[in-house]
Amino acid sequence: MTTSTGDRTTEAVQRELMGFLSEHTRTTWAPDTDLFAQGGVSSLFAMQLLVHIESTYGISITGDDLNLDNFRTVQRMTALVERLRGEGSDG
Amino acid sequence: MTQEEHRLAVLGAGTMGVGIATLAIGYGVPVVLVDIDADRRAEAPDKVRQQLRMAQLMGGLRRDAQAGGLTVTDSLDAVAEATVVVESITERPEWKAKLMAEVTAVLPAGTPVLTNTSGIPVDELAGAAVRPEDVLGAHFMNPPYLIRAIEVVRGPRTAQASLDTALGLLTRLEREPVVVGDGPGFVINRVLQRMINEASRIVQDGIADPAAVDALFTGCLGHRTGPLATGDLIGLDNVVDSLQVLLDRTGDEGYRPSELLVDKVRAGDLGRKTGRGFHDYQGAQR
Ligand SMILES: NC(=O)c1ccc[n+]([C@@H]2O[C@H](COP(=O)([O-])OP(=O)(O)OC[C@H]3O[C@@H](n4cnc5c(N)ncnc54)[C@H](O)[C@@H]3O)[C@@H](O)[C@H]2O)c1
Repeated sequence: MTTSTGDRTTEAVQRELMGFLSEHTRTTWAPDTDLFAQGGVSSLFAMQLLVHIESTYGISITGDDLNLDNFRTVQRMTALVERLRGEGSDG
Repeated sequence: MTQEEHRLAVLGAGTMGVGIATLAIGYGVPVVLVDIDADRRAEAPDKVRQQLRMAQLMGGLRRDAQAGGLTVTDSLDAVAEATVVVESITERPEWKAKLMAEVTAVLPAGTPVLTNTSGIPVDELAGAAVRPEDVLGAHFMNPPYLIRAIEVVRGPRTAQASLDTALGLLTRLEREPVVVGDGPGFVINRVLQRMINEASRIVQDGIADPAAVDALFTGCLGHRTGPLATGDLIGLDNVVDSLQVLLDRTGDEGYRPSELLVDKVRAGDLGRKTGRGFHDYQGAQR
């Protein structure tokens, strides 16, 4: 964990992800809503989300992290971003 | 045939060909992917890479799987080494028949050729092959790595040995084959293409808009996607081609492509692959 991944950045990531989601789904999502539950987004959209996260935050999501559970809610995506950014900057 | 020995050739690097290649590679089976279109060939490796990730993300492939190699080419020469060939080019009977003749000419006897046609009877394509007994149908659904069940079509001339080799590969890829008999559209598309066509006529007649039609099928009948969203996923050009195949072979007017479908194809609104079909996928992808 580095200082850049403190609370303020977490909030910014969360806000950015919620903005991306509402723009692309024309629906507002709470940070803890399961996006893929009944009536949520399609599985094809999951891939779009993944590509967006990788390019926006300069991380690459591979191996065991390629798991839909990491993308279910804005909170979980934020946690993933924080963890992978932390790993990156810590070397 | 032991499991490790399979080598797959896929003819056609379109929506389905890329997906089928991804499935095999994800299970460690090496693939030769053939297309006549240089752009399709150039895009294929990236598309396969993205779809492998998609498959893993959705739990369609084990994350620790060793990937098979991918070779992309415009030549049928490399196909001769394959243990199974899947034909997945554009749904045009004349194109498929010609390719069937060409590919079976370079293959050793006993190498099964599985056509992924949506509706052309297997026996019609088998008639163009050097050895009709090597030809059968394997109707993969889109995306092939997320849908386990597969409609396998045994033509009247298909040899048991060819069917067995094909089923061996499909089992190796953890698919769940359902073997059915031959006929225009087999089981699924005899019903599904008609349903998409009828749904499009409903929109054309102003009875309901696409969102309402699909909402009824998902909400009332529990379908995962409504007929028009399904058409958009398939590609409306392919839907029109498939309907034409069915109309020509059954004479049943219910299969005549609706004006609305034909208009959309003419306008280049082919569904998800172009960003718009019955639904819009640009700003609002769900
Ligand atoms: N799209 C679907 O959901 C779906 C589902 C099941 C089956 N199918 C069937 O699968 C087949 C392929 O459909 P698609 O949607 O992938 O089509 P597509 O238009 O996306 O791709 C077809 C590809 O075949 C190539 N091609 C044409 N002639 C060729 C030749 N002689 N040799 C090599 N390549 C050639 C084209 O360049 C193109 O890249 C069709 O028979 C279709 O009916 C489609």
